[in-house]
Amino acid sequence: MKGLTPRRVLDTVVGSLLPPLVAVVAAMVATSVLIAAFGGSPGSFLEVIFSVPNDRVLLSIINQSAMLSISGIAAAIGFRMGLFNIGVEGQYIVGSCAGAFFAGSGLVPGPLNILATLVVAAAAGAAYASIAGLLRVFRGVSEVISAIMLNYIALTMAGYLVTKYGQASGYTFTTERLPLDAQPLGFKIFPDAPGDVWALSSLAIILGIGYWFLISRTRFGFELRVTGESETAARASGVNTKKMTLLVMALSGAVAGLVWMPAYFGSVHTFGTPENFQAGLGFIGLAVALLGRNRTLGIFFAAALFAFLSGQSNNLQSAGIAKDVIDITQGITVLAVVVAYEVVGRRRAKTEAERVARQLDAEREGAAA
Amino acid sequence: MSTQQSVSAEVVRARTFRYTWWLAALAVIVVISTVRLYTGTDRITAPGTLRAAIIGACPILLAGLGGLWAERAGIVNIGLEGQMLLGTWGAAFFAYHYGPLAGVLGAALMGLIGGLLHAIATVSFGVDHIISGVAINIVGLGAVGFLAKTTFDDLDGGGPRNLSGYSTPPEFTVPLIADGARSLADKHWFVISDVAGAVAGVTTRLSVLTVLAFVLVAVTAWVLWRTSFGLRLRSCGENPQAAETLGINVYRYKYVAVLISGAFAGLGGAYLAMVASSSFTVGQTGGRGYIGLATMIFGNWRPSGVLTGALMFGYTDGVSLLSNSGAIVHALLLLVAILLAVFAVLKVRGGERVTGFVIAGISVGAFVWYFLSETVDASFTGMTPYVVTLFVLAVFSQRLRMPAADGKPYRRGGAG
Amino acid sequence: MTTIDVEARGIGKRFPGVVANHDVSLHIRPERVHALIGENGAGKSTLMKILYGVQPADDGQIVIDGSPVSFTSPTDAIAAGIGMVFQHFMLADNLTVAENIVLGAEKLHGIGDGAKKEIRAISERFGFGLDPDTLVERLGVADRQRVEILKVLYRGARLIILDEPTAVLVPQEVDALFANLRELVGQGRSVLFISHKLDEVRQIADDITVMRRGTTVGTADPKTATKRELAELMVGAELPSPATSESTVTDRPVLRLDGVTVADESGRDLLHDISLTVHAGEVVGIAGVEGNGQSELVEVVMGMLRANAGTIRLGDDDITRLSTRAVRDLGVGFVPEDRHRHGLVLDYPLWENRVLGHQTSAPAVRRGLVSRKGARADAQRIIDQFDVRTPGVDTSARALSGGNQQKFIVGREMSGNPRLLIASHPTRGVDVGAQAAIWDHIRAARREGLGVLLVSADLDELIGLSDRLEVILRSRLTARFDPSSVTASDLGEAMTGGEAA
Repeated sequence: MKGLTPRRVLDTVVGSLLPPLVAVVAAMVATSVLIAAFGGSPGSFLEVIFSVPNDRVLLSIINQSAMLSISGIAAAIGFRMGLFNIGVEGQYIVGSCAGAFFAGSGLVPGPLNILATLVVAAAAGAAYASIAGLLRVFRGVSEVISAIMLNYIALTMAGYLVTKYGQASGYTFTTERLPLDAQPLGFKIFPDAPGDVWALSSLAIILGIGYWFLISRTRFGFELRVTGESETAARASGVNTKKMTLLVMALSGAVAGLVWMPAYFGSVHTFGTPENFQAGLGFIGLAVALLGRNRTLGIFFAAALFAFLSGQSNNLQSAGIAKDVIDITQGITVLAVVVAYEVVGRRRAKTEAERVARQLDAEREGAAA
Repeated sequence: MSTQQSVSAEVVRARTFRYTWWLAALAVIVVISTVRLYTGTDRITAPGTLRAAIIGACPILLAGLGGLWAERAGIVNIGLEGQMLLGTWGAAFFAYHYGPLAGVLGAALMGLIGGLLHAIATVSFGVDHIISGVAINIVGLGAVGFLAKTTFDDLDGGGPRNLSGYSTPPEFTVPLIADGARSLADKHWFVISDVAGAVAGVTTRLSVLTVLAFVLVAVTAWVLWRTSFGLRLRSCGENPQAAETLGINVYRYKYVAVLISGAFAGLGGAYLAMVASSSFTVGQTGGRGYIGLATMIFGNWRPSGVLTGALMFGYTDGVSLLSNSGAIVHALLLLVAILLAVFAVLKVRGGERVTGFVIAGISVGAFVWYFLSETVDASFTGMTPYVVTLFVLAVFSQRLRMPAADGKPYRRGGAG
Repeated sequence: MTTIDVEARGIGKRFPGVVANHDVSLHIRPERVHALIGENGAGKSTLMKILYGVQPADDGQIVIDGSPVSFTSPTDAIAAGIGMVFQHFMLADNLTVAENIVLGAEKLHGIGDGAKKEIRAISERFGFGLDPDTLVERLGVADRQRVEILKVLYRGARLIILDEPTAVLVPQEVDALFANLRELVGQGRSVLFISHKLDEVRQIADDITVMRRGTTVGTADPKTATKRELAELMVGAELPSPATSESTVTDRPVLRLDGVTVADESGRDLLHDISLTVHAGEVVGIAGVEGNGQSELVEVVMGMLRANAGTIRLGDDDITRLSTRAVRDLGVGFVPEDRHRHGLVLDYPLWENRVLGHQTSAPAVRRGLVSRKGARADAQRIIDQFDVRTPGVDTSARALSGGNQQKFIVGREMSGNPRLLIASHPTRGVDVGAQAAIWDHIRAARREGLGVLLVSADLDELIGLSDRLEVILRSRLTARFDPSSVTASDLGEAMTGGEAA
């Protein structure tokens, strides 16, 4: 009964794999219809998207999906506890800014600088996220609204700090460049692509495994999940939900602080908005977590899918289609997948109720006979 | 007998409340005027500044009212931002081809489509309201980028991400009053000139859309609180199961509410693309949908509150767009410091000592900042609305009362 | 015409996996109080939802005044003259009495002064004493129930269905309600009264229909039927009795509260100067109208609320300022009042629910890691020992019936041999089988020296199970009774401060 019976395999397939698949197909169809409605060619859209990616795109898929995975994990930590950390965006701006200032200063020599910078970036992200956490716990402010405000503040503050304390390079301002001895090696996997697979892209895998272990194996993870499912039950079971909110917000922010670090150490080596920074990873991270159902593997797949779509969309311009269209695909995917999970969830609850009733009836009759 | 007494007690309380409210408003104006005279920054209540404030306020007001409609029916609409974005494109597209009226209607229609998407997800499928809203914002941004490139690139005055050269709704200046108020305002008298500045700001080059925005506040209040339609709609936000047991089709009211909500947000987009500016650019909303949502919370889910909040946020938003706004914001810093000090005293006297002391601390900080600096950096001006929102929520959130079933999933047949 | 004759013929309703109603028939005569009795889960609620149009029937028909009708929504039922008062009141707290009443019936008298006049008129005619402009959140339970009845009368209902209306009332309020019902019947209405309290039914009803396992099993005449006969019809056996045998009370205190006071943010006392001792082997029952402080009493002991003054001791340990976790770790089991919100994570399998509340102790958790093996084995132990009917430990809690969920919770909370059990409404809404089992387990644990703090709204349960009764009224303990000599009416008077009488 505990093994891999065909029913359980079927349940897993229907419950976990079918919804995202349906969602992606639905989003593709919807996007194609929209393109056709405005006189474009859905054929060439699909052709570009489903063409074999070249080395440049493959490289970007790997590097981008690493960052998206980290962002997705940051969001998922909140989601599992019922916290909507829409502030991942702001937290990773703050983490990136703090990390880049620190790394550029060269306070810590050599490769140790990398480790120290990661700690600084995570701490900055955690501290920034804690503002929303504190406001929620002590003032009852919805973390969604406060985090949105904090996102805008983060962007402006980062710009201000770089202008004030950074250095001019051309017309823009950036932080001091990362010392050479703290630039980790990359992996030259795709010969035709400009650049390497960033060494710190591996951070995604480490964080992914850590996240899985924390959530599904530890007591802390159990309490986190219970709080997400039912705050009242968590309180009755002895969880200090206020402390939990603060901790989880900070943890989510810490991971968020690391989101851009692979790119920083891998190729950019400096920070300055908007040229020397990639904004928007935080919002997509929310979508990645939702599509991946907050599971490590799911997040990896969802991140890869989104990175793939974005990578391929760069070739859309040549087909005469605005690449923004891929945002529509991504947004509808999220919408469709949550609808699909909802439908599957309702169905599953219903069939389980039926199964339990049937089984108990059979037992009762067996006992009577 | 005793019920009779408690009723009259309540009426008295309501009257006293209204009375204190007016008194407080007057006190605030006096403080503003004092700050103006002390700092010599006449611009803080100049007609031009206040006109900018009104223009800054209207899109936020429309978004906030939109949020109000949805949340009164129990649906959190964080997709306001995306619906507003769709509205900006709708306004530009339809105004360019069919004139300003079509532009306004087209914007409302586009917002409504965004609302429909949200309604389908949240009402019919019971999806988490925030998730659906975020997805709609992603879709909205993508759709506007895609639509702009597809429909504006080849137009005269158009580009892949912008469009200009369409006609906008008419503006008018109220004769006599506008000029009279303006000359009064130029005298820089205590209080009188400040009020006159406001009057002049409102009556000069007033857009029809501005009038519409303010009329919609009254309409919203009337429909939601004085009609049976409004009662039914609000009951869906307070206790949908109860409404269901009385034969009310909760789904229908939720749908209508979210559609209206989207249309209002779309109108907010129209305002941005047609009044605040006469051209369209992708991403023109710059987070005003979110600010609208914050306004609604700040306004305690009431139209008058939304109006107050929108004017306040609109002021900071409008000011940040003026040239040399640093001096104005610097003067405002003093104003904020004083108001906070007063507020802190009220809090401490009201028994909330910790809150009072925290606010007093912030007030002292503002004073120090004011006296140690000459001007405020432009970056900070830009983020004023967000900081103010955050602060206001932190201070007031516990007094707020949202509809009891706001944001909660509802499924038909669950009653009893 | 104000009278109505309603008949249900062969009603059937299936839910996923469950037959909620089959072949249900009853006849509600004009100007009569008709009682529908049956234990929890017998299908009464389903039937009345069908009668009120909330859910459609799969089979059978409803006949009103001789002609068949079909309801697709409550609107149809209301139009046909049927009104319903739900057990869980269907009121919006943030709306006024008038708004709650006119909602959905705005066409009758508008939503303004006309409507308020009509509401005042009805309120006076039946002596309800309600003011239309009051916010519902300011009303007490009995007044809320009157608003619900007024809501129904406002729509001109001729048949009024009341679902377990007495569950939330003290005896004196029950008497007032019955007087109201008599008045209604006297003016031509019919009443369908749903209950499982046999004494009340025999007091008020003109006709009785009994339901069991989803179907109507018979009718009875309240004048001649004995309680025993009705119970036989209802559960096929005698009703279980909560009565305890010989006393096992020791002089060893397990829980001692001394002058405990809890105030809310505005300084109002939620609990005032509570002193109370529970000894090993003793069941102390807390009686009171809901909302008088019993939830707060439970929460302050559990460390979910902080006491502003006073001390709480568990044996020799001072637990006044300890967290819920620490209190639990010292050997306190907790059966919360709302099993769906506080006792279980409905979507989790039973084995994960076994971990809940025991996150710090083996066998569920070892060294900070959740032990699947330990938790599963122990969940299975609970299922076997407490006779939880479930296919296995992987079944989600949601799929179980209320009685089985509650047995699982009681089993879990008695794991690890606690010193003290705090039980809030331990048998609320469960079937008689589960009720009897839970009572047995509490009695058995008491024999072995467990101290129990029992909060309940079921006076029979309180009187039967407790060794001592304390009455809580407006945040204070106001009276103490010996359960072997107290009467329900004494208790009711103490619970209301003698006002309602």
